[in-house]
Amino acid sequence: MSIVLDHVSYTYMPGTPYCREALRDISLSVEPGEFIGIIGHTGSGKSTLVQHLNGLLRPLSGTVFVDGNDLHAKNAATKQIRQRVGMVFQYPEHQLFEETVFDDVAFGPRNLGLTADEVNERVESALECVGLAPSQYAKRSPFRLSGGQMRRVAIAGVIALRPEYLVLDEPSAGLDPRGRDEIFEQILQLYQNTGMAVVLVTHNMEDVARMARRLLVMSRGQVEFDGRPSELFHDESIDLHNFGVSLPYVTALLKTLRLSGLMIDDTLLDKNAVADAIAEALGRGANSC
Amino acid sequence: MERQAMLQLKNLCHTYRDENGDELLALDMVNLAFFPGEFVAVIGRNGSGKSTLAKHLNALLTPSSGQCTVAGMDTLDHTKIWEIRQRVGMVFQNPDNQIVASIVEEDVAFGPENLGLPSGEIVRRVDDALRLVDMEDYRMHGPHLLSGGQKQRVAIAGVLAMEPTCLVLDEPTAMLDPVGRQEVLEAVCRLHREEKITLIYITHFMEEAVQADRVVVMDAGRVIMDGTPKIVFSEVEKIRALGMDVPIAADIAALLRAKGISLQQGIITDEELAAALCP
Repeated sequence: MSIVLDHVSYTYMPGTPYCREALRDISLSVEPGEFIGIIGHTGSGKSTLVQHLNGLLRPLSGTVFVDGNDLHAKNAATKQIRQRVGMVFQYPEHQLFEETVFDDVAFGPRNLGLTADEVNERVESALECVGLAPSQYAKRSPFRLSGGQMRRVAIAGVIALRPEYLVLDEPSAGLDPRGRDEIFEQILQLYQNTGMAVVLVTHNMEDVARMARRLLVMSRGQVEFDGRPSELFHDESIDLHNFGVSLPYVTALLKTLRLSGLMIDDTLLDKNAVADAIAEALGRGANSC
Repeated sequence: MERQAMLQLKNLCHTYRDENGDELLALDMVNLAFFPGEFVAVIGRNGSGKSTLAKHLNALLTPSSGQCTVAGMDTLDHTKIWEIRQRVGMVFQNPDNQIVASIVEEDVAFGPENLGLPSGEIVRRVDDALRLVDMEDYRMHGPHLLSGGQKQRVAIAGVLAMEPTCLVLDEPTAMLDPVGRQEVLEAVCRLHREEKITLIYITHFMEEAVQADRVVVMDAGRVIMDGTPKIVFSEVEKIRALGMDVPIAADIAALLRAKGISLQQGIITDEELAAALCP
């Protein structure tokens, strides 16, 4: 079972002067339990790609299958199949609308026709997943929370639908560093606790390097790289700049230190591990530099 | 003799009223002066008052109490409001919300056209503005076909065409990819270097704040730190307690000092750390 894109192409406003080819013949699959990061230039097709994963956009050519079912087949099953893919858009807090946090998160489950008890259970566990204690937050207005908290309420609304695949488009844009760390920490925990597949579109290189096991780099509507983050960031032959991506800050620092002659493993990502490695390299003596 | 401040905030308070009628103090007795040609980064958590502060600087908001002056003009003086807004240009997070025309040069010309300037002067201003952000080659392009970093530079050019003496940028790189962020930052640094425009730059990216002359740290509506990047980012623990980051080099330097490795204070860039470790 997986999400499969088979030769998918998409063009915005075809046949008009504003016609723009956004995806060109993309074939890939998302397997259950994967953590995939998608990076690349603004306008490279990342958001267009993820909007195909639950049928929000219909490919101009090609087919999208979720767990073996064609997303755009005309039958009763497709609606249910789409529900297996949860989508968190950019700035999802703009979609909050209910008077209380509880009602906002409950909106999706209620529309699934669940009983009140089931709705309660789902809302509470979704709020806990995003680190908002239900006893403290359920009755509050979502509009009186901080930006990071509002965003977590919006994410809880998607999690409450219990998707098998969770797609997040730039979940940290505009958040301060602590808000960003909290969101990513919770996404990682959710991934580890539920086994839900995660597809994360982001411009934050530190976090994909740390969390994603597989990275897709998009450029001009195509997937230009599909592999492990460590391969991307340590293959000197890849022109990252050309793809609108950069090294994680810590990797850039390690490369600078190596260029200055400090022999140190440049694949480390954790700050404490980096400090240990530097201390150790210095300890090896004067000839380490 | 004391320098004349370009922007001056004195005991400035700003109060919002929420849906229940409760008062929320967004700025709490802020005293700041920004001087001509300064490049100042403003950092702080979401909700700390950064954007509210920015909006006072060109009279989009006016003080609940206290005073804000722009080149000596009080933002509460209604007769000065257009002059203030021509002096202080604003650039926001999302370039798509700031671009109005379907061709780059027309977009940049929009402001000067509304000033009723002669066409030769408009052309000169558009040329200058696009050159400053390194977008001359795109003057006849459609903005919708540009990358995020290019669009944001067009938005900056549109403000520059008004020939402001001061530019306030409110998280101009929040929606950009790393390369787009770099392009915008380079354009901003160039305005600082070559044009001596006074720059107030709000950001959540500490690597960008390092480039400024001065960093102002806001928390809960107050200014709680104000100094050079070296001084501010050397306070690793304090910055982290405020919910922010320090640049990675400052972070690693602090961890190394904690291990007993002696390093001088004020290391905030990769190059400085490399030089300190491998003299």
